[in-house]
Amino acid sequence: MADVNLTIDGKKVTAPAGTLLIEAAKSAGIEVPSFCYYPNLSLQGACRMCLVKIEKMPKLQTACTTVISEGMMVTTDSDEVRQARKGMIELLLGNHPLDCPVCDAGGECELQDMTFSYGAAESRFIDVKNHRDEQQWSPVVYFDRPRCILCYRCVRVCGEGMDVWALGVQHRGVSSTIVPNQEDHLECEECGMCIDICPVGALTSGAYRYKTRPWEMKHVGTTCTHCADGCKTTLGVRRCSTGTELVRGDNRDKSGINGDFLCIKGRYGFDFAHHEDRLHQPLIRRNGRLTPCTWEEAFQLTGERLRQIRDREGGDAIAVIGSTRTTNEENYLLQKFARTVLGTNHIDHHRTADYPALVAALAGHPKLTASMRELFEAPAMLLIGNDPTRQHPLLAWQIRNNVRLHRARLYLVNAQPIKLRRQASSFFAIPAGREAEVAAFLAGQDSAVAAIASETSPEAWIRWRDQLRREPKLVVMFGSEIRGDAVASLIKFAADLPEAKLICLGDYANSRGAADMGLYPDLLPGYHPVTEVGEFHKDWGGVPEKPGLSLRQMAEHAQAGKLKALYVVGANPVEELGLDPFVFSQSFVVVEDLFLTETAAIADVVLPAANAYEKSGTFTNTCGDLQLVKKAGEVTGTKSDFEIIVRIADAMGVAVRKLVPFGRGSRADMGQSRGAQSGEADRHSVWLEARGLEPKMSPFDPMAILDEIQRLVPGYDVSRLHLLAGMDQHTSLSGSGPGTKHDPSAIMPARDDLFSSGTLGRYCRTLNAVLENGHKLAAEEEVAAE
Amino acid sequence: MRFSEPFEQRFQEMASHYPTRRSLLVPTLLYAQDEVGFLSDEVVAEIARRVELTELEVRNVISYYSMLTTQPRGKYNVQVCTNIACLLMGGEEILDRCRLKLGIREKETTPDGLFSLEEVECMGACCWAPAVQVNYDFHEHLTPQKMDQILDQYTKKGTERRR
Amino acid sequence: MADLVSHPDEVKVVSKRFGLGATEIDRYLELDGYKAVRKALGMAPESIIAEVKDSGLRGRGGAGFNTGLKWSFVPKQSPKPKYILCNGDESEPGTCKDRLIFEHDPHSVIEGVTIAGLAVGAHVGYIYIRGEYRYLSEIMQKAIRQAYARGFLGKNILGSGFDFDVYWHGGAGAYEVGEESALMESLEGKRGIPRIRPPFPAVVGLWGGPTVINNAETLASVPHILLGGAEWYAKLGTPKNGGTRLFCLSGRLNRPGVYELPMGYNLKKMIYDVGGGMAQGHTLKAVVPGGSSTPLLTREEIDVPMDFDSLMKVGSMLGSGGVVIVDDSACMVKFALRIMSFYQHESCGWCIPCREGTDWLKKTLTRFHSGGGVRKDIDDLQYLSENMLGRTFCPLGDAAAMPTISIVKKFRKEFEDHLDGKPCPLEKAEAIERSPVMA
Ligand SMILES: Cc1cc2nc3c(=O)[nH]c(=O)nc-3n(C[C@H](O)[C@H](O)[C@H](O)COP(=O)(O)O)c2cc1C
Ligand code: SF4
Ligand code: FES
Repeated sequence: MADVNLTIDGKKVTAPAGTLLIEAAKSAGIEVPSFCYYPNLSLQGACRMCLVKIEKMPKLQTACTTVISEGMMVTTDSDEVRQARKGMIELLLGNHPLDCPVCDAGGECELQDMTFSYGAAESRFIDVKNHRDEQQWSPVVYFDRPRCILCYRCVRVCGEGMDVWALGVQHRGVSSTIVPNQEDHLECEECGMCIDICPVGALTSGAYRYKTRPWEMKHVGTTCTHCADGCKTTLGVRRCSTGTELVRGDNRDKSGINGDFLCIKGRYGFDFAHHEDRLHQPLIRRNGRLTPCTWEEAFQLTGERLRQIRDREGGDAIAVIGSTRTTNEENYLLQKFARTVLGTNHIDHHRTADYPALVAALAGHPKLTASMRELFEAPAMLLIGNDPTRQHPLLAWQIRNNVRLHRARLYLVNAQPIKLRRQASSFFAIPAGREAEVAAFLAGQDSAVAAIASETSPEAWIRWRDQLRREPKLVVMFGSEIRGDAVASLIKFAADLPEAKLICLGDYANSRGAADMGLYPDLLPGYHPVTEVGEFHKDWGGVPEKPGLSLRQMAEHAQAGKLKALYVVGANPVEELGLDPFVFSQSFVVVEDLFLTETAAIADVVLPAANAYEKSGTFTNTCGDLQLVKKAGEVTGTKSDFEIIVRIADAMGVAVRKLVPFGRGSRADMGQSRGAQSGEADRHSVWLEARGLEPKMSPFDPMAILDEIQRLVPGYDVSRLHLLAGMDQHTSLSGSGPGTKHDPSAIMPARDDLFSSGTLGRYCRTLNAVLENGHKLAAEEEVAAE
Repeated sequence: MRFSEPFEQRFQEMASHYPTRRSLLVPTLLYAQDEVGFLSDEVVAEIARRVELTELEVRNVISYYSMLTTQPRGKYNVQVCTNIACLLMGGEEILDRCRLKLGIREKETTPDGLFSLEEVECMGACCWAPAVQVNYDFHEHLTPQKMDQILDQYTKKGTERRR
Repeated sequence: MADLVSHPDEVKVVSKRFGLGATEIDRYLELDGYKAVRKALGMAPESIIAEVKDSGLRGRGGAGFNTGLKWSFVPKQSPKPKYILCNGDESEPGTCKDRLIFEHDPHSVIEGVTIAGLAVGAHVGYIYIRGEYRYLSEIMQKAIRQAYARGFLGKNILGSGFDFDVYWHGGAGAYEVGEESALMESLEGKRGIPRIRPPFPAVVGLWGGPTVINNAETLASVPHILLGGAEWYAKLGTPKNGGTRLFCLSGRLNRPGVYELPMGYNLKKMIYDVGGGMAQGHTLKAVVPGGSSTPLLTREEIDVPMDFDSLMKVGSMLGSGGVVIVDDSACMVKFALRIMSFYQHESCGWCIPCREGTDWLKKTLTRFHSGGGVRKDIDDLQYLSENMLGRTFCPLGDAAAMPTISIVKKFRKEFEDHLDGKPCPLEKAEAIERSPVMA
């Protein structure tokens, strides 16, 4: 759009036509105060904090609703303007309880800050304040009405942003109040967006309230550990008796791909870290029972047994199962360890999306993948299968808000009437399990229409496809329903469109990373077949060239007595994949996990691992966006999977530097600092830095492996600087190996979604309280209905 | 939930007056309240259904308008204006008289369910002040004595009907 | 039913059919009814607008904007349907004139709405009537039905090829809904929260379509203008203040009532001549010249022509035509309190200054009036009001601030008389205790 020139406080400012004055001022470094204005939500003009003087206008004008015009002369800081702001604050404070000392928002309250800035310190009011008792609207949402300043942000974010519309405004005048949809309680997605967006302490979180003061927390920006969308989250951390405690998760700083969005799991799903079932000590099976031992004992036993088995039976007798929640560095290290130390290609993970097929089909089509940010800007979107509202909350947020803010067109094809159809410009229902036929039809196979045209006529399908073909910059999204050949069909369709891009939807925080890092029996990092000699073979000095066993084959192998050792890192195949635990009874089983899972329960050695909030590294979300995982907290007695792998390798007598290319010279002296003793890489790096050494001098520093990843894995050669600055970097799959075609049945979507407690969720007290509350309400409703 | 025949007719007719269902809401709520006495949960649910809104949205609207209520009130709702013109002409004395005579205060209902009392804002009777509306009927140029008579008439009317 | 008054100085235009049974369409037709529509059908839209503009007709709802000019803002071409919205919410304290128009001459409103539709190219008009005026809704509905039956509304009116529909719509108790953008929200079935402007209703109004919003009296004046001509109408009033308007005289007068007088009629004369002067035993203290939102005039300030510009000059406003005479028995603190209670009760609550300001002003005045005032309150009342003035989302905040500022300034002495624990000198003790608190 054309640019408009105006003057704000004597400064010449240029901004695109249509820009709001408040934004134009911000872009010139001039802060205009506001409560009700919130970018990307509808305009209110209600709080009147942003009043400014515009020449030729008799009254002060609200900068939040005024669109800039050529030659506009604006003053944001005159006596008149300051008095207007002060006057508003005085009025707000009139009925405000001023209970800042006991308010959760104290210290990070916009009203407090504004009062400080405009000095409405002395009160003119001597009459009684209007009071109302605090209300609990759900296990996690509390409302303190007197504190509310009626900025309507909560109402808007819930309705416009989330499409939930659970909050309303009732009564009028000074009696106006925010209300929940069920009169005295909320029935909603419990995303907590309303709490986050509240500028004051009117809406507070049941999970956080009265726990700490904001300034007592350290804030760490990292990546969420739940679904595959990769929301950035800022964790509030505080010291506690067992290390550090995570007390809060939010993204008020809007620093990530998710803006200010977080779902219920991202916001409340971190207290699993402090669950009483968390393992704090290694366990060794003695006389048939898992008994606590020291780390040294555990490493020694594991190292010895693995070495023995490898030396005696060969790598073929050992299998490794990796995780969809460990970092890229850990995944990379794990497969490198398996291939170069254990000498086996029997490595796999819980697959939830067919990335190898995607890569295979993408060959020859560079830059065909879309990032999470691009999705928000796409003029048109096609989604086949999946229910993002439940399975990909951020993706759903991007889709909804792209439609709302940019009038993007959304085309939906689904066997279920999913909620996103409310945003869709077209919704085509298909019989369950026919997603592949949709892909085939899109690819030009007209006969496939017979299988999908049950509710919509074949003619309509053809018109629909013609319309899609005319869409510029279409983003095509598909879930696990589309795998194998169907992926290829979709890519064939997309490749013929101008600038179409794809997003393949996997289910866990680092599913994509697990795939990219080569947790496959037949694929190395970057989807290079193990059978093809290439960079990795050269770099690592040899890789077993025969493809290994898939998860299912491992189980068969074990049953046949051919699997002597199984090393499981952060996975629970017994539960997730329904493997019979008894098949592993003849194998030496080592499990690294947070809890004594169904799989850990059959292990010979159980190693208590740190979770993603307790370590550093990177995650790749389902779109391929690479993001930093930063250590926020620490729980005593646990170690990161990275360190554990290194220590096992060390115990096997491996020259660790071959595995982790950490700095030349000194093998770091572990024992010189408290941090090093507890195996904490970050603190260790502080110790190293203090000695003028580079942090990656440590073998436990994932950054050392990241170097190798960036060097060897195609697409990962992104700006390290941006990455370390906390920015997401899209790794397109271009340059990857040829990928491959797998047995489609190896893909098992997670059975876990927004409203169920899955792998980690079952250990989240807050999450479960919300879910139970939901079930209770549903049950009550049934009773009432009878 | 059943409304009267005239209500349904009016609703049908009005539905064709607007491009959105929602536009029917305010007048429909008032007519429904006139029939049922107040906007019960059942009425709210039914109207929400008819105008294709959530109950929350309907309640948000109800709570905005001062004539709409979700609480039952008396058969005769006595609304006394005390706004400026009426104030100057003795509106407060009229209100006092109503309190005394009915034995209730504002927003209360007599035990027999016959009357409720409200202090209201200007009702467009300024030139004929002081004024009172009983349900929709205007009573103007009032004095406390006249007010007594009017209340007596309503008492009579109300109890007769009941018998 | 409200009784009618009359005075020789009256110039009956809008009120010319009052009391003549014109609710019946036959009678209305006998009294020149629907002739103006017939005439308008033969005119180009631009000529209708020009005629109305030249007549000097200014909005009778309060703001006094030139009606023809307002109509001219409606875009000629619009992808969305255009609408006419008649504002019959009449809730400004002191105002009771639209009520008489609906009661005695409903067809004139229908006719005015239709002409407005012809002028701007709208095909639908709504007449919004406040919920309390139930009997008027019924009169209006009947009139609309009759107009349809006689072909003055509906498809192809009077064989002209022009289609026009008129519907009535009822409110449910809310002063703020009289504000034009809140009125549209209410009609759309929402809470009566005003809209952000721009865009103005003439461009983006009801359901996004261009919308002309006029007061009922404004629209009822239009047929007379078309029949009598712009020049005739303009000459009835003063320059830029064409025609006549309905003045609602209330308070302790000998002959209170609604009188139709030419614009610019002298206020003093209005009170002492038309209104018959102060009732026995009472003297004049102050005048609310145009509904409770307008700054009060003192006894000394009433020698003023009643038109928009003259009142602006003396620091007040002509407003809605509600002339409330405050006599010497009234306590000005109490009066200010009652006005503030009204705005506190009617504030929609959307913006801070209005929502909180009206509440604190009411609280302060309540305490002050009952003897708990301190000297600083007097300045604070003014300070608070001035902090609302011009800074609220819609003019309701100004409407609350302006009279308060004028009362505090002009009747400061009465405030000072309440200080130091002294009870109101003008009231009985028990009346103070009961000081009005609206739930
Ligand atoms: C708070 C407030 C209340 C209003 N109430 C009314 C009303 O009851 N009736 C009315 O005609 N105009 C009322 N108005 C004025 C309308 O906003 C609008 O200006 C008017 O209907 C336009 O018609 P007119 O140009 O014919 O006067 C009110 C304005 C405000 C700010
Ligand atoms: S609850 Fe908070 S965010 Fe919502 S309106 Fe009130 S102050 Fe604003
Ligand atoms: S002041 Fe009472 S009706 Fe107007």
